[in-house]
Amino acid sequence: MDAEIKMLKVHLAGELFEVPEGSTIMMAFEYAGFQLKRGVGCREGYCGACATVYREKGDYKLQGGLACQTVVTDGMTIAQIPFVPAEKPIYDLTQLSPDVSTFTELFPSVFRCVSCNTCTKACPQDIQVMDYIQAIIRGDIARAADLSFDCIRCGLCAMRCPAEIVQYNNATLARRLYGHYLAKKSPELEKRIIEIEDGKYDKQINDLNEMGKEELSKIYFNREIKIS
Amino acid sequence: MKIPYFPGCTLKTTAKNFEISAIASAKKIGIDFIELDRWNCCGVVSSLTSDDLMKHLAPVRNFLRVQEMNKQGIVENENRMVTLCSMCYNTLSLSNKRMKENADDLQKVNDFMHREEENYKGDVDVVHFLSILDEYGFDKLAQKVTKPLKDLKVASYYGCTLLRPKSVGIDDTEDPKILENFVKALGADAIDWDAKSRCCGSYHTVNNVDIVYRLVQGIVDDAKKNGADAIITSCPLCAFNLDVRQSEIKDKNPDYQTLPIYYFTQLMGLALEIDKQDLGLEFNKIEPEKLLKKLNLLS
Repeated sequence: MDAEIKMLKVHLAGELFEVPEGSTIMMAFEYAGFQLKRGVGCREGYCGACATVYREKGDYKLQGGLACQTVVTDGMTIAQIPFVPAEKPIYDLTQLSPDVSTFTELFPSVFRCVSCNTCTKACPQDIQVMDYIQAIIRGDIARAADLSFDCIRCGLCAMRCPAEIVQYNNATLARRLYGHYLAKKSPELEKRIIEIEDGKYDKQINDLNEMGKEELSKIYFNREIKIS
Repeated sequence: MKIPYFPGCTLKTTAKNFEISAIASAKKIGIDFIELDRWNCCGVVSSLTSDDLMKHLAPVRNFLRVQEMNKQGIVENENRMVTLCSMCYNTLSLSNKRMKENADDLQKVNDFMHREEENYKGDVDVVHFLSILDEYGFDKLAQKVTKPLKDLKVASYYGCTLLRPKSVGIDDTEDPKILENFVKALGADAIDWDAKSRCCGSYHTVNNVDIVYRLVQGIVDDAKKNGADAIITSCPLCAFNLDVRQSEIKDKNPDYQTLPIYYFTQLMGLALEIDKQDLGLEFNKIEPEKLLKKLNLLS
């Protein structure tokens, strides 16, 4: 016989529902019959599509999190955010310089930061958001790229920022600048690209393409895994 | 002596020559600047409104880093935080003063940062590098000089934020002497002039550049009238206006005679014979080497 599942009361988009204990916010919505078309993505905590705002029973704090990663508690009040309509300027990465002037041009609002740290407190990825914004302000693009590396662009930082900065789009630009202009170039990569272009691996790829599903899974599961 | 050092954003971007010459010069007389491992913009301009406490979070977070450095033993009983940029000095000092003098404001700021930072106790002191040198002793500095800046006639430009408001000014608001004493310690001639604490036009440089041209020309003309070969400053914004805007005046009037602009630490480095690359002269807009070579101060 199945064990009794405890049900929790949660407020989803203004209505009261009972959902099984242990559900994530996303599971709770779907259990309650909502069909999520926006504000849902990989369901694994990687894509950042499911930013959500919630408040726990008896707490005054409005909290942010990812719907697919946050487990509901009894009495929780939840609002799902479809998407964050944040400013996203269009730029040609090859025409930029990896310094502060690029941000002055594309994201002048970044200089309004007063170091309140609200962004850092809103981040479900525990990123030091304020610190990477400050790194951008002083032109340290490499530090900004490094500090923001785990950003999944959920947008909660920008939603809470009292200075109306779009932190995550600044961070994306910093990482793109770093990758394009500042990161150490790998000679091995250049070499491999030439090998591929010269057709060194064509035969192997063609062989794989011609294999049936069974044969392909056999060699996939028997593959040699090197752990260095 | 190890001292916590707050650089500020400009010293990492357009005023790199100020930072590198200051650090190398300080080291030469036994002062190690230890940069705060995390720091944020000072806030640039101090908010004068009484209900705008959020603008004071930025300075206070930097003071907390000094508190931490003492706790972690990175510095020993060193509650001073040294700054180079006059504007950072001004903004940080005014905030600190407000926190020290107003327990309610300090409490509110600490409450805002509850659970993310330790409380700021209010015992950090913001000091400008010139005040550190004054305390070190200009006589002692003069003894450390290995290449006296003989025959170099220097106009010391204070601008606004080193001296005003009086409550945080590093010297007498109307008749400052600290930069002149510094210049004399380096073996140069400190000229007396009227424009030493006139405004350079400050942020008008962004969208009212004609105001800046007029003010800069007035300052430079006064320095020339009093026989100066060069002007020194400790403010990156003053330096930008005096250096870049002056060179634009020259572009428009080819007959105009420019004066080179140096950060005071560049002359200090020259007199203490730090490595030439640490002078950062390549960042100066108006040709900085010709005058120094003419006086045999630079090879």
